[in-house]
Amino acid sequence: MFTENPALLGLMTIVIGVGACLGYFFFSNVILDKVIFPAKGPNAGRNINRANMIRPWLFLFPALFGLTLYLAYPVFETLRLSLTDRDLGGAFVGFENYRKMMNEDKFWEAVRNNLLWLVVVPAASTAFGLLAAQLTDRIRWGNFAKSLIFMPMAISFVGASVIFKLIYDTRPADQNQIGVLNAVWLKFDGGIGSIFTLQLVPTLLLIGFVGIVGYVLWTFVRDFTAGGRNRSVWLLPLQLVMAIGGLWLIWLSIGSIVDIWVTELPYGQPQTWLTISFWNNFFLMVVLIWIQTGFAMVILSAALRGIPEETVEAAIVDGANPFQIFFKIKVPQIMGTIVVVWTTITLTVLKIFDIVFAMTNGQWETQVLANYMYDKLFRASDWGIGSASAIVIMLLVTPILVWNVYNARKEMR
Amino acid sequence: MARIAGKKSRLTWAVHISVALLVVAWLFPTVGLFVSSFRTADQISGSGWWAALFPAEQNEVYRTGDPDDDRVAVGDMFEVKGNIFEGEPRNISSWGVSSRDVSAFAPGETADMGDGETLTLADDGAYVWRGTDDQISGRGQRIFVTALVPPKFSLENYRTILFSGTGQDNMAKAFFNTLTVTIPATIIPIVVAAFAAYALAWMEFPGRALLIAAIVGLLVVPLQLALIPLLRLHLAIGIGKGYMGVWLAHTAFGMPLAIYLLRNYMVGLPRDIIENAKVDGATDFQIFTRIIVPLSFPALASFAIFQFLWTWNDLLVAKVFLIDATGSTTVMTNQIVELLGTRGGNWEILATAAFVSIAVPLAVFFAMQRYLVRGLLAGSVK
Repeated sequence: MFTENPALLGLMTIVIGVGACLGYFFFSNVILDKVIFPAKGPNAGRNINRANMIRPWLFLFPALFGLTLYLAYPVFETLRLSLTDRDLGGAFVGFENYRKMMNEDKFWEAVRNNLLWLVVVPAASTAFGLLAAQLTDRIRWGNFAKSLIFMPMAISFVGASVIFKLIYDTRPADQNQIGVLNAVWLKFDGGIGSIFTLQLVPTLLLIGFVGIVGYVLWTFVRDFTAGGRNRSVWLLPLQLVMAIGGLWLIWLSIGSIVDIWVTELPYGQPQTWLTISFWNNFFLMVVLIWIQTGFAMVILSAALRGIPEETVEAAIVDGANPFQIFFKIKVPQIMGTIVVVWTTITLTVLKIFDIVFAMTNGQWETQVLANYMYDKLFRASDWGIGSASAIVIMLLVTPILVWNVYNARKEMR
Repeated sequence: MARIAGKKSRLTWAVHISVALLVVAWLFPTVGLFVSSFRTADQISGSGWWAALFPAEQNEVYRTGDPDDDRVAVGDMFEVKGNIFEGEPRNISSWGVSSRDVSAFAPGETADMGDGETLTLADDGAYVWRGTDDQISGRGQRIFVTALVPPKFSLENYRTILFSGTGQDNMAKAFFNTLTVTIPATIIPIVVAAFAAYALAWMEFPGRALLIAAIVGLLVVPLQLALIPLLRLHLAIGIGKGYMGVWLAHTAFGMPLAIYLLRNYMVGLPRDIIENAKVDGATDFQIFTRIIVPLSFPALASFAIFQFLWTWNDLLVAKVFLIDATGSTTVMTNQIVELLGTRGGNWEILATAAFVSIAVPLAVFFAMQRYLVRGLLAGSVK
């Protein structure tokens, strides 16, 4: 009867769910204290101690049960499924699914794109977030500005996809463009202004970017060669990955600079942005950067406020300019928070699904792992390969998981 | 900070301008959708939404009054008089009587349509159409007008999406479905997690540190891994695809963050209060309900907002655990994705549908931003 009206069913679920929880906690405590280990009679003292040993598990049981069944068990079950074949009745096939997956171009495309996302989105969001945090900190209407930049956090990935699809919209050349990007694009005509904004400025930006990456890389190498003092084993692979990533970024940027000057830009023709392969990935990333910048800003702004005033004052007295204060005094002090923001956004990026699903569904070489997995699971109904790609996502998350657990344990000691 | 050094920074203006630019850039996309949702299909495809904020030159087609009803004899000729703008005056910049040349005449000029048939249009829209008995007959004469049209917005799209639309165009059902998913999926995990968080924060037992570490680990497990095993489980135990399944899934997926946030907050509560209560003979259950829960309100609110936003905006979990082949339990995010596929060019429908689904989280966001920020600060693993 209740199943016919979902709202009523929902209400009943709240009442029953909350009631059952409270009832469970209350009565299980009563039973423990009054029936199993009553605090009276000859063994009163021993009973109280025993009851107190069991009580925490009463409090924990529902949560632990849910966590085990819904998060821990699936990890192992997915691992098992990834080694079996559904068509063969779930027979064990070893790494056959992984082998099949590795032979698919779409999979490697997804991995490549995911790596690109992984580099660009956390970096851009953190950078914009840091910029916004620092700038808004200094003005009176800063809080108002912050809440507006923060606002996209409340918007769903699907909603954001619609918002940006409107921006990327394309109409035939003889009609009015209703997408902002095309409207702006058609203003460029290949004259001196176009060369300036579309070739010179991006080139300078890319050169600056290469410079920053190169600098960071160089400090790493210097640290590494000078190192040896109390260095953690975990850091070595991390640094190696970052070094390779950095080199790849520099290579990519130099390639892009060449591209910018070699490519003939199709001036005057409206573009279907989401179908331009490789670059369309960036148009999708913009959506996530737009959402995540607010998050980075809020956290980093709190960290900036936590910087001891004296350090900044001392720098001012010593004659540091605002840029020096920012990069040499403030940023080093909030490095820990920057890492936290970076890893949190990295986690979001690894699981990114909705944006790609809603905007391109992986067409035009925009596939990412989570969407590849969804494709395999629910369109191709191939549980083996689907689970295998889920395990790949899990493997990518694992370093962060280990790092977080390691830090949490360190903090609790 | 600059004032500490005794001088006003020269960069202040640059800062103001940069922040303004940032804010505009971040607001611009949403405003575009918002404005579009108040425009008709013709307006949207006719010009960019940014043009809708100002009066714009537009081509419009009008028709004179019907000769059979309105014509009056003047000598041996006939005339139809009237005004094409009924009560909505506009400034005409040019006009024409043929679709091949819509701006042939200036206002006030007389168009010669051959064999003595003429049409005069004044700049306020008043016209005189004159000709012989034969010419002034049939349907009214078409007039093509280029005029400055003031911005015009309507709630028509919202009426379609919320009330009068049919099939996919109507979001009312999806709206209630989303609510039905969201509210239990927000409240139940709070209750379950609060007890667990209390145990982890204030009760001594072996293995506590290990459990906390495990929860920090589970915090980042991608829910993608849970999809197939749990769907199989739900199908096996008879829950199948439906509300019960999605509530359970959301409850469990929100649990690590809930426990983590609440435990961190509860650990910070003053030890004295809790120990005094224990000395006075309060049981753990009483301490929890009378002391911990009221004091933890900010953390509870933070998590509630997170969970609400996350379940309201979710697509994947709903698609896997809730929406069956009949589609009667579709949620808004899913319906919007479907609209993107089938009505990709109908921006009046898409924009309005998206805005209906965005509006509730935005309202929650602006009303309870304080708690959201607090939760974020506590929730990001340090």
